[in-house]
Amino acid sequence: MWSFSKISKLIDSWLSVNFSSTWTMVIEMVIAGIAVITLFALLGLVLVLMERRVAAWIQIRLGPNRVGPGGMLQSLADTLKLLVKEGMTPDGADKFLFNLAPFIAMIVAMLLMAPIAFASNFQLWDLNIGVLYVTAISSLMVISILMAGWASNNKYSLMGAMRSGAQIVSYELSAGLSIMSIVVLSGSLNLNEIIQSQADGWWLFKGHIPVVIAFIIFIIAVTAETNRAPFDLAEAESELTAGFHTEYSGMKFALFFLAEYINVFIVCAIGATLFLGGWMPFHIGHWQAFNHVMDFIPSSIWFFGKTFFLIFLIMWFRWTFPRLRIDQLLDLEWKYLLPISMFNILLITLMAILGWHF
Amino acid sequence: MIEEIASTADGNIILNLGPQHPATHGVLHLVITINGETIQKVEPHLGYIHRSIEKMCESLTYRQFIYVTSRMDYLSSHINNHACALCVEKGLQIEIPSRSQVIRVLMDELTRIASHELWWGAMAMDLGAFTPFFHAFREREAINDIMEETCGARLTMNYMVPGGVMQDIHPNFQRRVKEFITLFKSKVGEYNELVTGNIIFQNRMKGVGNLSAADAISFGCTGPTARGSGVSCDIRKLYPYEIYEKLDFEEILESDGDSFARYMVRVREMSQSISIIEQLIDNIPEGDFQAKTKAVLKLPKGEFYQRVETARGDFGVYIVSEGGTTPYRIKYRSPGFSNLSALDHMARGSKLGDLVAMMGTLDLVIPDIDR
Repeated sequence: MWSFSKISKLIDSWLSVNFSSTWTMVIEMVIAGIAVITLFALLGLVLVLMERRVAAWIQIRLGPNRVGPGGMLQSLADTLKLLVKEGMTPDGADKFLFNLAPFIAMIVAMLLMAPIAFASNFQLWDLNIGVLYVTAISSLMVISILMAGWASNNKYSLMGAMRSGAQIVSYELSAGLSIMSIVVLSGSLNLNEIIQSQADGWWLFKGHIPVVIAFIIFIIAVTAETNRAPFDLAEAESELTAGFHTEYSGMKFALFFLAEYINVFIVCAIGATLFLGGWMPFHIGHWQAFNHVMDFIPSSIWFFGKTFFLIFLIMWFRWTFPRLRIDQLLDLEWKYLLPISMFNILLITLMAILGWHF
Repeated sequence: MIEEIASTADGNIILNLGPQHPATHGVLHLVITINGETIQKVEPHLGYIHRSIEKMCESLTYRQFIYVTSRMDYLSSHINNHACALCVEKGLQIEIPSRSQVIRVLMDELTRIASHELWWGAMAMDLGAFTPFFHAFREREAINDIMEETCGARLTMNYMVPGGVMQDIHPNFQRRVKEFITLFKSKVGEYNELVTGNIIFQNRMKGVGNLSAADAISFGCTGPTARGSGVSCDIRKLYPYEIYEKLDFEEILESDGDSFARYMVRVREMSQSISIIEQLIDNIPEGDFQAKTKAVLKLPKGEFYQRVETARGDFGVYIVSEGGTTPYRIKYRSPGFSNLSALDHMARGSKLGDLVAMMGTLDLVIPDIDR
């Protein structure tokens, strides 16, 4: 199987020959950091363009097609525009918190990149509590939104932030329970081990209907957690103009914008890792020949293919559904999704104990 | 450091929605008192687009003043022009050729469909779904193209003049209208699939913005807004003008009085308009498109009133003439103004998100309210 491990081992051995062990580690960390930032920027550009093209396709129009070949450089041009724009700070705002909030959003999104396995043996931080880390860090996102909403000194921003707070805190529960169901089945919090446990088939197919239910709840919950339509109450353009980022402009706005897309990417990557096997190719039980053929497709293509499929799904939601009202949103979580996922996780636990899955 | 957020003595927040706001579709300014997300009071503040149209009309001749009315309710400009032309004809006591009557009704109904299409897209956009807007515009563009071919304009038509219509229909008119009917019928199912049947949409619309029939009458609501509450008020049926009494169409009534009822009235009205167009499109009589009128029109001394059914409701033109070439006084009764007055009553106690939905179902066009 083609993988990045050869390259990373080559770099590692070259560095350890030429430098002391401390310096090797420092240089490797710098390389990893640069890789994350590059990936971060690249993903932002790609996802924004993808969103616009998907929206255009659904809305029977063309979308960006002027800048660069087929409009490929449109998001680069937009970034340039946002960079040179003036970043206003309103008079009555709490200047420190107002300017801090977009960076927190950005830092949270960056931290979440660490434990994700982009390909076979290509992971920044093979953390033994990877799943716990992701759920813990992603809850910090709400702090930046609340901070932005409060510090803007704008009623619309404040309302958007309060909505977002209620929403993210509630939907984390069912997202967490859905994630737990896979942890129960695979018996590990380590993302790599969860991927390895799907070598003979993805959990979505191995786990019968309860895992399918968990997957659906997971997709709904993460859509809400990332403030995407139909759960975009924090922004709610037609009600709150732009919600928590009404007062932001220029690069500060762009950081929120970027963080939103990176968050979408991360939750989809987690979804792909937990339910669709991450970089694991499509394997069916013990069909050695079939599995071997599938292994020829590089693992990174499997990972990004699955992730982008889920991202497409979330974009499809956005351009199809109307927005929920705040009380309906909370009803959906507390009256439907949470009881169902609680019952579901009991069922999955029973299934795992009795070994009823494939 | 944070300044005190403006609030009333009992802890409610006062929020200015508009005049620059995506949901007000223009320069409407609503001062809302909210308690958390719950609305306590809605006060519309008008005047941001007041252009003294009534005063302007008083210094224009009976041929000229009609053009200004296209700028009032710009989505029903044909129908506004129609009302003014009818009122002047009433004063002059002239009969207009049957060909121009049929053309006028055809244009009115096409306008009604175009207006409802735009409303449908904007309504869905108020609820946070962007895609229906583009789908609605696909069909609306077809109507605008038909209009452009015949009267040269896409928004402010100025096509109806005292005595008939300004010029004859384009040779392609009948063919293109038939093409549009086929297009519309093939797409109307999409509307119901995409929006009407959507569970989120129904939950947002059903049971909110309740307006009882008695309230609808007391607020002076007309058009689809009142018909959603079960009040029969279609001017085309009650006070028929032109050839509406000979046409076979039904007045759409819904009894629930909530946002969804108002939505359904408009969606079903589009099909009724299509049926009117189908009855007329092959039966346009031959003849003149305009009656012979004098170069300078002078209305006899007196008062004249004409009401028509626009896409938004009862539109009235009241002309007081002193016998000269210009009206002594003109007053327009616009449907949007009365419909807006019901908003406060409907919105109290509901959530902020629903206020936007209710405003959507009232189908407000701000220049129609302010004039």
